[in-house]
Amino acid sequence: MAKGKTPQGAISIKNVTKIYDPEGVHVVAMQDCSFDIAAREFAIIVGPSGCGKTTLLNAIAGFDGITSGEIFLDGELISSHQKQIKPNVDRMVVFQSGALFPWKTVMENVIYGPIVQGTMKKTEALARGRQMLNQVGLAGIEDKYPEELSSGIQRRVEILRALINEPRVVMLDEPFRGLDAVAKTVMHEFLVGVYCTSPRTMFFITHDLDEAIFLGDKVVIMTTRPARVKKIVTVDMPWPREHHIKTSKLYLDLKGEVLEAVHEEAKKAFQAGERELA
Amino acid sequence: MGENGKGGLDTLPESVSSQHRPVAKMGYLQLKLFKRVFNLRTARGFLSVLIFLALWQLVVYVKVPYLQYLPYPRQVAASGMTAVASWQYWADWGLSLERIFVGFIAAQIIGIPLGLAMGISKVFKGFSFPLFEILRPIPPIAWIPLAILFWPTRELSIYFLVFIGAFFIIVINVLQGVSNISVSLKWAASSLGAKPKDIFWRILLPGSLPSIITGMTVGMGVTWNVLIAAEMIAGQGGLGRATWEAYTNGNIPLIVVGMVSIGLAGYLSSTLVRWFGEKAMPWNREV
Repeated sequence: MAKGKTPQGAISIKNVTKIYDPEGVHVVAMQDCSFDIAAREFAIIVGPSGCGKTTLLNAIAGFDGITSGEIFLDGELISSHQKQIKPNVDRMVVFQSGALFPWKTVMENVIYGPIVQGTMKKTEALARGRQMLNQVGLAGIEDKYPEELSSGIQRRVEILRALINEPRVVMLDEPFRGLDAVAKTVMHEFLVGVYCTSPRTMFFITHDLDEAIFLGDKVVIMTTRPARVKKIVTVDMPWPREHHIKTSKLYLDLKGEVLEAVHEEAKKAFQAGERELA
Repeated sequence: MGENGKGGLDTLPESVSSQHRPVAKMGYLQLKLFKRVFNLRTARGFLSVLIFLALWQLVVYVKVPYLQYLPYPRQVAASGMTAVASWQYWADWGLSLERIFVGFIAAQIIGIPLGLAMGISKVFKGFSFPLFEILRPIPPIAWIPLAILFWPTRELSIYFLVFIGAFFIIVINVLQGVSNISVSLKWAASSLGAKPKDIFWRILLPGSLPSIITGMTVGMGVTWNVLIAAEMIAGQGGLGRATWEAYTNGNIPLIVVGMVSIGLAGYLSSTLVRWFGEKAMPWNREV
C-alpha cells in the first residue's frame, strides 16, 4: 500500500485495555485490543454500538487515557498507563455530532487551526482555505454560519477544517450518520477525492457496512464489549474508489464476510442485554 | 409578485401589481422602511391596542362594578399630555433609567465572570454554589429592608436592589451556558491546537453568549419589578415613586400614566438588550 513516499501516521495499538470507573461500576470498555494501521492506510472500524470504538478513538486523539497497554504513532509512544500525549494537530478528529463552531463562519472555522497555532499568517490561511473550498466545489459559502448549511455541507467543512492542518492521522467518528443514502454517496466521493489528493492515515468509525467496504483499505471488526479485534478484512480494491465497484463480486463477497462477523457480534451484544444506543 | 406567475404569464402580474401599488413609486430604502412599518404584523398589533382601548372605554361607560372609578382613556391621555410637557416627568424617567442601568450593569460585570468561574472550575463551584443556591430563592424585594438599613444612602440601596434582581439570574444562566457547551467543541478546539486560554476566549465565552443574553433579557424584566417596588417604598423620584405619589394624591389618571410609562420603559430596555444580543451574536438568527 505505497501511496506516499515517507511513511507517516502509522498507528500501532498494543494490548490496550480501558476500564471506566475501576473502583466503582467497573465497566470494561476495551480488553487486550491490538491491531496496526499502516501509514496512509484507510482503516475502518466497525462493531456493535457501545462496544468501545469511540473509547479507542479518544485514546488515540489524547482526549482520554487508557488503563493498560500502549498506543504508538510512528513508533512514538502516545498513550499508556502513565503517559497521555495531549490532543494535537497531528491527530485530527471529526466528531459524531458535528463540532463546527457555530459562532464562526465557514472560513473562520476552516482556518481556525493554523490561526490558533500561529503556523500561518491570516492572509495565507485565507488563501489556503479558499483554495481548499474551491477544490471540493464549496466556493461561495465562506461567510455563512454553519447553521445556515445542510448537515452534509457542514460535515465536508469540518473535514476540511481538519485537513488544512495536514495531520498525520484523521479520525472520523461516524461522520455521516444521519445522512440519507444519496447524500452519503456525495460524502463518499468527497472523501475519496480528498484522500486520493493527499493520502494520510484514516481511522473511520461506522455502522454502515457499504461505507466500510467502499472506503476502507481494511475493515477492523470489533467484538461486543469489552472491545477486542474479532476480524480484519482486507479490501484489496484500487483507488480512487468508484461507485460501480459496489456491484462487483469481490465487493459483495467482502460485504458478506464483514456482515457475517458483525452479525455474530451484534447477536452476542443483544443477548448480553446490550441495547442499541442509537 | 413575480413568483406567482408561471412561464409566459411571468410579465403580466409583475406589471399589473407594480401599477397598483403606491409603494412602487418610492425609492428602495424608503420602500424597505415602509414595509418595515406598515405590514400585517404591525397592523395586528395596532388593532389589538385599539380593541383594548375600546373595551376600556366600554367598561368605564357601562360602569362595570368595581371598575367604575377608572378614568376614561381620554382622561388618561390628557393627563399624559400634561405630564409629558413637564420637566419633572422626564426627570423621573431619567432617574429610573439611571438606577436600572447602574444596578443592571454592575450585576453583569460581577455576575458574568462569577458564572464563568463557577462553570469552569469544579473547586470554585463546590465552594460557591451551595451558598449561591441558598441566597438565590430569596425574592429581591425581600432584600428591601436590609438594603435600606445597611446602605448609607437610599440611592445606593436602590442600586443594590436592582443589582440583586439581575445578579442571580445572570450567574445561573452563565453557569448553565458554560456547562451546556458540548465537550466535542472543546475537544475539537484542543486538537486544532487551542491552548486553555484560547478555549476560554474563543470557545467558552462565545459558546455561553446565548445564555448570557437570555440571562440579561430575563434579568432586565426582573430589575424593573424590583426597581418600582423599591422606589415606591424607599425612593425619591423615579417612575415608581411618581406613580405612588399619584396614588397618595388620589390622581387616578396619573397613576395610569405612571403605569404606562413603566411599561414603556421596561419595553425599551428589553429592546435594547435584544438589540445588543443580535449584534453580539450574528450567527444566531433565531433570536
